[in-house]
Amino acid sequence: MTTFLGVPIRRSTEPENPLRGRETFPVAAKRAVGDTQLRRNLGRATATIRAKRAAMVSEVDDWEALRDTASAVKADVMARLPELLEQLEAAVIARGGKVHWANDALEANRIVTALIKATGADEVVKVKSMATQEIGLNEYLEEHGIAAIETDLAELIVQLGHDKPSHILVPAIHRGRAEIREIFLAEMADAPADLTDEPRMLAMAARAHLRRKFLSARVAVSGANFGIAETGTLAVVESEGNGRMCLTLPDTLITVMGIEKLLPTFDDLEVFLQLLPRSSTGERMNPYTSLWTGVTPGDGPQEFHLVLLDNGRTNALADELGRTALHCIRCSACLNVCPVYERAGGHAYGSVYPGPIGAVLTPQLTGMSGHDDVNSTLPYASTLCGACFDACPVKIDIPTMLVELRSRAVDADRGHGLPGGWAAAMKAASWVMSNEKRFAAAETMSKAGRVLAGRKGRISSLPFPLSGWSTSRDLPAPPQRTFREWWRAEHGDGPRPTGTSTAADAAADAAAAGAAATPGAAGAAAGTDGPAEGTDR
Amino acid sequence: MSSRDTMLRRIRTAVAKGAPSEPPPPVPREYHRSGEHAAGSDHVVELVIDRLLDYKAEVTVVERAGLAAAVDIALGSASSVVVPPGVAEDVRSGCHTGGRTVVVDTDPATLSATELDAVDAVVVGSTVAIAVTGTIVLSGRPDEGRRAISLVPDLLVVVLPVDRIVETVPDGLALLTPTAPLTMISGPSATSDIELSRVEGVHGPRTLRVVIVR
Repeated sequence: MTTFLGVPIRRSTEPENPLRGRETFPVAAKRAVGDTQLRRNLGRATATIRAKRAAMVSEVDDWEALRDTASAVKADVMARLPELLEQLEAAVIARGGKVHWANDALEANRIVTALIKATGADEVVKVKSMATQEIGLNEYLEEHGIAAIETDLAELIVQLGHDKPSHILVPAIHRGRAEIREIFLAEMADAPADLTDEPRMLAMAARAHLRRKFLSARVAVSGANFGIAETGTLAVVESEGNGRMCLTLPDTLITVMGIEKLLPTFDDLEVFLQLLPRSSTGERMNPYTSLWTGVTPGDGPQEFHLVLLDNGRTNALADELGRTALHCIRCSACLNVCPVYERAGGHAYGSVYPGPIGAVLTPQLTGMSGHDDVNSTLPYASTLCGACFDACPVKIDIPTMLVELRSRAVDADRGHGLPGGWAAAMKAASWVMSNEKRFAAAETMSKAGRVLAGRKGRISSLPFPLSGWSTSRDLPAPPQRTFREWWRAEHGDGPRPTGTSTAADAAADAAAAGAAATPGAAGAAAGTDGPAEGTDR
Repeated sequence: MSSRDTMLRRIRTAVAKGAPSEPPPPVPREYHRSGEHAAGSDHVVELVIDRLLDYKAEVTVVERAGLAAAVDIALGSASSVVVPPGVAEDVRSGCHTGGRTVVVDTDPATLSATELDAVDAVVVGSTVAIAVTGTIVLSGRPDEGRRAISLVPDLLVVVLPVDRIVETVPDGLALLTPTAPLTMISGPSATSDIELSRVEGVHGPRTLRVVIVR
């Protein structure tokens, strides 16, 4: 006889969700910006890639026309997604491949696991893929007794370091060469004892380490950069040759692809293959691009499976503005130009999709379930400076989407907790700013803030209830003189310039006050690097 | 209801719900859909050489009569070579020079990955090259062979006829058969994963030598 003694035993921790971290962006970012090594690594890497990208983009005189086409092609794909997916499916099957449909992460993981088990293999080699990271495939496979070996150098660094990826393209961007050497020496059994931190030496160590795995692998798992509906052709864009190894040498290839990765025709590749390499690694072309259609007898894997993944994409698709986030081709140009990403790093976003695109894509994939959802804070991880929009090769208007998502996060929050401190503050501000006298008085009063700022000239904490605002923001000390005082001193008390209305005067004051104060919300959250990244409008 | 049906139904609903208020205009194609210079012209040959050198590939330009000698020089100290079944006769004789071991893939036997790994070098032909990006495309034709042979050996020698060099990416893609197994190669294998600076030579061939044939 057994006696039930209480609650059933559960896993001590919730399984990690690749799309949702455990803390809000401001909390995670505050800790990240305190890590000087991280900031140095990120600063160096993003500066390098920004310069390379700028040089490569400036070579292409029809760059803007290519962006316009890419944007329109993707809009067309979203409008015709069901028919294009069915077209792709038919083309892949006609060429000897098999197609599977996965509504969510669990379903995709189960399909892939069953396919691997059917081959009898207990080890797979993997090409870097955001889709498989998003569904947590490696962890799922491990629970089911299958070892997944990441073969991309940066993924290998992350996997060996028991770490998490922090960048879409270069998951180990947060690691410097010295740290990578340490990880290899500690975790790579066959690492040469005299390994230096010379990048070439490190790359050679990875080559030697993975060689035997490539040559003996029976099953590979990949993602796809593009899927061509017309022909059933899939594309993987890479640099190292690990992708080619995985796509070519094993007997079985399993590709997991998000449903939004489609392009209607092979001709459309001529646009995207010009945009992607220059935007992502800042190269005219990446070293290797592989294109394959189903199975080619006598060449490459003779068994091919394509798993089509939804996993929240239909949430974004159902939204006219939000669906443009699905246009993303994962180049990571927006991360590299983002002042917030550069300082906070990818881990602070808590999702495998960090940076500006992650801040709009992640909350749409998962939905935002109100105040307690950490993903509700992601749309605020931006200064709205617009650099991401300019850099995006498919012209995703990330800033506009961020603003829209902010308003939705606020709406989702209504009725929770204390009745709208934010709304009350906005009403009060509106009352003050709609009247010249009240605004002038408020300006004068703001000088009292100089006391709070003290000698460092910066206000880092305000008394309750304003403390809620100041926990993630620094405020420069208000100026000694208000704009009006300065104007009087410069121009005397003479007549106002003709035609200047009271309202315009107040607006000018407001602009001056705005310029002098508030670094942008997330700019300040991401550190105190001065006003360069901070106009929160 | 199958997952496929559930998923397609959900996608159809989402597509309708998020449809733009105005139908999107037709896709504009204002970019350059073809280059200004003819295939094999001096301009595109100079351009592709410049791009290949930038990737740290090595390039020689020879007349057809000099191809065998050029292949021999490109193979350098390699003592074993794999070639595809459709290899040209003069390329093959260039491989044999100096007593190298020459293996023909699939004739009589298909080489395993491990066997390929024991071979020093590979010589293949090519379908098209794109000058602007310095990209060589292989498409599994008889003189190019299986994808594996141009991948595993550490030295890759590509024979590129001058008339196959086109100017732009659209020019190049227009000449390809989409369903063929396609490999686009732009320089030796490389990585930018350490501090985002490029290092040549990772898993693919660490050395790429291109012989352009006039």
